[in-house]
Amino acid sequence: MDADIFFHHRIPRVLLAFLVGGSLAVAGSSLQVVLRNPLAEPFILGIAGAGAVGAVIVISVPGLSVHFGPFSSVQLFSLLGCILCVGAIYWLARSPLGVSMNTILLAGVTINILCGAAILLVRYIVSPHLLVAMDRWMMGGLDIVGYRELSALLPLLLPGLALLFLQGHALNQLAFGEEMAMGHGVNVASVQKLVFLGTGLTTAAAVSLAGPIGFVGLIIPHAVRRLSGVDHRVVLPAAFCLGGAFLTVCDLFARTVVAPTEMPVGIITAIIGGPVFLRILLRRSRDV
Amino acid sequence: MSFRAKREILIKTTCSKISPSDRDDNLITKHNTMDQKILSAEGITYRYAGSDWQLVSTSFSVAEGEIVGIIGPNGSGKSTLLKLASGVITPDSGSVFLQEKDIAKMKRREIARILGYFPQNALGHFDYSVQEVVAMGRFPHLSGAGFLSPHDMDVVGQCLLRAEVEQYRERHLSHLSGGERQRVLLASVLAQEPKALLLDEPTSALDMQHQVKFFTLLTELVAGGMGVAVVTHDLNLASFYCHRVLLLKDGKIIEEGRPKEILTQEILKDTYGDGVDVIPHPTTDLPIVLPRTGIGVQKAKTS
Repeated sequence: MDADIFFHHRIPRVLLAFLVGGSLAVAGSSLQVVLRNPLAEPFILGIAGAGAVGAVIVISVPGLSVHFGPFSSVQLFSLLGCILCVGAIYWLARSPLGVSMNTILLAGVTINILCGAAILLVRYIVSPHLLVAMDRWMMGGLDIVGYRELSALLPLLLPGLALLFLQGHALNQLAFGEEMAMGHGVNVASVQKLVFLGTGLTTAAAVSLAGPIGFVGLIIPHAVRRLSGVDHRVVLPAAFCLGGAFLTVCDLFARTVVAPTEMPVGIITAIIGGPVFLRILLRRSRDV
Repeated sequence: MSFRAKREILIKTTCSKISPSDRDDNLITKHNTMDQKILSAEGITYRYAGSDWQLVSTSFSVAEGEIVGIIGPNGSGKSTLLKLASGVITPDSGSVFLQEKDIAKMKRREIARILGYFPQNALGHFDYSVQEVVAMGRFPHLSGAGFLSPHDMDVVGQCLLRAEVEQYRERHLSHLSGGERQRVLLASVLAQEPKALLLDEPTSALDMQHQVKFFTLLTELVAGGMGVAVVTHDLNLASFYCHRVLLLKDGKIIEEGRPKEILTQEILKDTYGDGVDVIPHPTTDLPIVLPRTGIGVQKAKTS
């Protein structure tokens, strides 16, 4: 009985936490370079917002509860939302007009605001008892039942991660601007497109299953760069490990602190991560 | 023949050998007859989206063994010309050829193995060490995860020495001055081992000593067969070190020729207005361009 719980419920949950945390951290690291903005994170392009709209719609319309393969309908619709958003960003990025990274950043922020408004609209219309389910989804959680849900993650996550890891060497070059990178022989447009595609795929997979878990994708990349240096061939795998480990530990707290019930892991990430990151920041600024 | 006559002939031949103008002549003829064009732009035009400014149909070339200076007032199209020549932006019409291959049909890595491009604004976003930055120049020669071979390390070491940043090897860019950073980025472009260099104001942040050292380095590089095009606002450096000068105004090359022919009072007045004076160098016959004396002289007179 104990073994059964351990192997069929605990292990998949720990794996999920590790994969989601790691993916969000890798996606965040890559986006911060490509968008040349230290505040960039996987959700800044509106991916989480669009995913949330999908999830909220399913929760509010009871007839939509269907299962499709390993996906539940909430996952499926949030995935759909994410992919529509990624598609829009990718389409913008590959436009031959040469859209600047700032434009893409602003477009992402705008999509986020639009999605926020759409969610508020749905919340205003639906009956109040559904709001609890929506809020719970928006806080993010890793409460999956078994390997079935976990396997639903992989078809998007693995190609997405592979795409990002392959860009590590070229990402270093982008640190000195697009012109310098092109001069050094980097096909900048292609790196940008592949990074958007890769972050889109990984973030969509993570959000559809675990909801918008904040903080990991923003802070872990900075913590890793402080600890390991700024070579992205090292930063990306290191961010995957640190992000994964961080979310796993957070999930452990989420499950145990208020046992027998559990807290949304999104709350824990900020509560634990905030002080830890401030500590790293201050330690380094004393060195300098 | 008398001794005196012999001596006169000797003096004449020696003088002609060391006279800078004749040395230039020899170099120029050598270029035109023997040397290959590395880079040539043919009839390129460009217009920025939503702007009236345009680069009108322009052709120029850079041959092995020459330094081409690109000069002109602000907004005359110097940087645009370099961006087009390096393939960073694509011309609306016309083509750029690199060793007789159309640059539009080449991969970026392939271009970067032949052509080094130093852009005007290259601000570091992350704090890499000097050695890491210079090693980035090896990118076009590497594949996969980009691990450096002993040969790559050698090249990086030489470039660190050449740009005189060897002593900062382990330092991080944020701990260097603007001029030192500029030299580090130049070293990273040299690490590509290019056959041609396109440099956009490479010495703008350098002190006079390093400006001279940098142009001396360029002279050494072109002696080894490289071709260089350099945008500069320092007309004196262009006068002393460039074999040829292109003068741009309003998106057009209006003059092209040896520095002595282009850097004249009349031509510069047409492009730069009244603010400049051209005088001959005291020991060579190269032109020197000075800002017109103004308030300083009046001050001296009154005091």
